[in-house]
Amino acid sequence: MLHHTVLRVVSKLLIPVIMLFALYVQFHGDYSPGGGFQAGVIFAAAIILYALLFGLDNTLDVLPSGVLQGTAALGVLLYAGVGITTVLMGGNFLDYNRLAADGPTGQHLGIFLVELGVGITVSSVMLLLYYAFAGRGSRP
Amino acid sequence: MRFSQLYNYEIAIFLSMIGFYVLVSRGNLVKKVAGLSMFQTSVFILYISMGVVQDGTVPILVDGVRVYSNPLPHVLILTAIVVGVATTAVALALIIRIKEAYDTVEEDEIHEQDRSF
Amino acid sequence: MIGPVIDILLLSFMIVIALAVVRMRDLFGVAMLVSLFSLLCAGVFTVMDAADVAFTEAAVGAGISTILMLATLTRTARRERRRASGVSILPLTVVCITGALLVFGTSDLPRLGDPDAPIHKHVADRYLQRSGEEIGIPNVVTSILASYRGYDTLGETAVIFTAGIAVIALLGLRRRRPRPARRREGNDALGETTVVSTAAVADEPVQGRPEKGGDG
Repeated sequence: MLHHTVLRVVSKLLIPVIMLFALYVQFHGDYSPGGGFQAGVIFAAAIILYALLFGLDNTLDVLPSGVLQGTAALGVLLYAGVGITTVLMGGNFLDYNRLAADGPTGQHLGIFLVELGVGITVSSVMLLLYYAFAGRGSRP
Repeated sequence: MRFSQLYNYEIAIFLSMIGFYVLVSRGNLVKKVAGLSMFQTSVFILYISMGVVQDGTVPILVDGVRVYSNPLPHVLILTAIVVGVATTAVALALIIRIKEAYDTVEEDEIHEQDRSF
Repeated sequence: MIGPVIDILLLSFMIVIALAVVRMRDLFGVAMLVSLFSLLCAGVFTVMDAADVAFTEAAVGAGISTILMLATLTRTARRERRRASGVSILPLTVVCITGALLVFGTSDLPRLGDPDAPIHKHVADRYLQRSGEEIGIPNVVTSILASYRGYDTLGETAVIFTAGIAVIALLGLRRRRPRPARRREGNDALGETTVVSTAAVADEPVQGRPEKGGDG
């Protein structure tokens, strides 16, 4: 993969933009199409593009698989943790109205945290899937 | 929209049956997964077709718009797509392990090695 | 209306692609065609006013799953083995019977886009009417996904997490390559090579720091 100069230059320009777009999709998902699932996949796609062009070893230096295993669990824990928090605050499981003084503010906060958890888990798992498939030694 | 009223459902069923045919008739495991993936996508079309409302628009609330398409199938299918790719990944990982254990991904050769028929 | 025309055009492309997948033996081509199938499907979703779903399908179906399938192909066979007979009768019969039953089942469904269909009359109507004031965000799909049906989404997230664990359990993960060791002096087991490499790398006169070489 050392000779694709055009691909490498173009992808170096594109990868930050793709990541920025993923963050936009994540945090603007309340107002436009988007949300945690899409943002997670787009973020993972940016890193996979890097891995395809620059090799898995360089990608593992940036994002070690141990970190991703942690964040994959962290997303689910964040989601469930919001639910537990609402229970501790006296409501039902995932009853976001309890998170703030008035209903819609609590709902905003709850949806934000929950979508963040989904995004973290989805992007980590998609990257781990790619690592697992690409890291398996090629057999003729 | 006048000539059949149900064409979307019928085309979706036709597409899913093509995927089903690939799934049951082909012996190569990777191709089976490709057929399963097409089957799955066609079922998504069937679901989304049910949510369409005539003259409706995307379910994002805007002032002045009264008719929206049904958001409920969208939610179900959105999560189903991501779960679908995760389960497809498990299937493909199993295929890689089968290739390493049997040195083939053709179904009949695996049966032959196992003497299961 | 232009919508149904685009819809039928995209769906007929999809039929052609599906038939090509049945006939094609080159699995690399099959992976590409399945990716194209997903992309066209995203177009169909856009025509049918499902922007969120189209977005997801384009990113997941056409992107990630293609990469996973191609990665599988590099580990397995590139081509499907040729079989004795082209069309197998028994699967074709089963598929035709199933398809005929399903088409028969659709015959009394409400027509496409009917605003009075039962699916639009229960909870969906309430979500559209009330979510603006109850949740306060414009995207109804997000409010249903994260709030009204939060249990569902928690379960789906857990399923994705579990699938990730399953794949790691099946395939394993590659560890990070060992970092190139920059300073190795003081390591007794590697003492011999340390001396050699230090002497080779450092062009400066050795007598400037005699105690480092003396250790090994």
